[in-house]
Amino acid sequence: MRNDIANASITKTKGRIIALSEKSIAKKEEAFSFFSKISDVTLFLILVFKETFSRDFEFKEFIKQCYQIGYKTLPLISITGTIMGLVLTIQSRPVLLKFGAETMLPSMVALSIIREMGPVITALICAGKIGSGIGAELGSMKVTEQIDAMEVSSTNPVRFLIVTRVLAATLMIPLLVLYADALGILGSWLGANIKGDVSFVLFFSQAFRHVEFIDLFPAIIKTFFFGAAIGLVGCYKGFNAGRGTESVGKAANSAVVLASLLVIIIDMIAVQITDMII
Amino acid sequence: MMTENTNRKKVVEISNLKKSFGADLILKDVSLSLFEGENLVVLGKSGTGKSVLIKCLVGLLPTDSGSITVFDENMTSASGEKLALIREKMGFLFQGGALYDSMTVKENIEFPLRRIKKELTESQIEEKVKEVLENVGLADAINKMPSELSGGMRKRISLARTLVIDPKIMLYDEPTTGLDPVTSNEISELIVEVQKKYKTASIIITHDIKCAQKTANRIIMLNDGLVFKEGTLNEFEASNEQLIQSFFN
Repeated sequence: MRNDIANASITKTKGRIIALSEKSIAKKEEAFSFFSKISDVTLFLILVFKETFSRDFEFKEFIKQCYQIGYKTLPLISITGTIMGLVLTIQSRPVLLKFGAETMLPSMVALSIIREMGPVITALICAGKIGSGIGAELGSMKVTEQIDAMEVSSTNPVRFLIVTRVLAATLMIPLLVLYADALGILGSWLGANIKGDVSFVLFFSQAFRHVEFIDLFPAIIKTFFFGAAIGLVGCYKGFNAGRGTESVGKAANSAVVLASLLVIIIDMIAVQITDMII
Repeated sequence: MMTENTNRKKVVEISNLKKSFGADLILKDVSLSLFEGENLVVLGKSGTGKSVLIKCLVGLLPTDSGSITVFDENMTSASGEKLALIREKMGFLFQGGALYDSMTVKENIEFPLRRIKKELTESQIEEKVKEVLENVGLADAINKMPSELSGGMRKRISLARTLVIDPKIMLYDEPTTGLDPVTSNEISELIVEVQKKYKTASIIITHDIKCAQKTANRIIMLNDGLVFKEGTLNEFEASNEQLIQSFFN
């Protein structure tokens, strides 16, 4: 009887030890995978940075990517920028009316768009369109061995595919944000004219009365970081896609999710820094 | 053939090559040589590491151990510009063609040419593109996009893109896979034509026995990550080994 109890207790203890060691192995593997991912990302960033300043810059491909990222996103940004200003005006007007501050409407909308809404909404739209586009394009190039073919042709794929896309996104997204800001204010003027009659010149002079350089400068600076983050995430996800076709979809999807998240995080950091400086 | 090769120069030498992916040992111990001007067919079942072998050879995959020398240059230790210089002597025909989707046929062919032969003028580039397209019988497809081409045409254009840099060594990864028998035959004939016209030494990875019969000067069969047999087509056809018989009958 005693022996049975002792055996049962030994078996139980053994079971616990095995379960604990399995848990610890799983945790070790998790930690290893986490750190290996961090090292992968770090190596990728170092490689991109190094290749950005290499001798043979792929200027033609860079211009092509500027056209793809900048010009081809204009219709989408035009619609969202105009609607952004229009909706903001229609929503804010009743509130400002309550406080008898309707005359402040153009300035308030302009400041909201320039400081926050324009950059963040445009960057999120770009994360969706550009981030997923780059992720899917590079992912499918990986699956169909086009990246390998490039490497065999004595062409550095990081320099040709990644550096050009990251730089194009970094430069084009601030321009798209400025364009969205302008259309947002135009949309606001259209919104103001739904229930009122404000001249274009009067609305714009009112809108920019309270806008200062210090409102515009940090907002533009952060858009360069948004652009770099969107380009880098799209390229990283696409370049590191698996070999199967389903990995193309996964790369595009995770590029959008991560790029959007990074835009929000960068915005939060930028707002904190701006708040500390100003 | 074996005696013939003793007088020829070795252009590729692979010794005791090992390659694994995680716990899976794909190439256990592979040694082979490629002599100038010959077509060496590497036969084997799917998953025996044939494609891995040529990807290691061209430096797309790092090796675990063993050595690879191409024109007496060590590939396994080469990196950066040295690796690029060795690769300039090699052409790689990928299984699916690997044409750049966003570029036209002309741009696809110009791509390696503009990067490797930087001394060429615009008119020389244009001439070279036309010449290789004519050699693969697709001069009319110059302005087409890869999506407008059939499987066989993609393979031909891909071959043209590879030939445009005048490689000394050609590596064909399953050149006839996924093609109908007529197009497969045309591609096999094209491989032989390329050997004669461009005087290339080639490694042809395949499990298509008709392609092997048409193109091989020498055959190596891989099985389970090892060289199972090496010999001429006649030696293979006369072999009583069950594995070889299953390929040839």
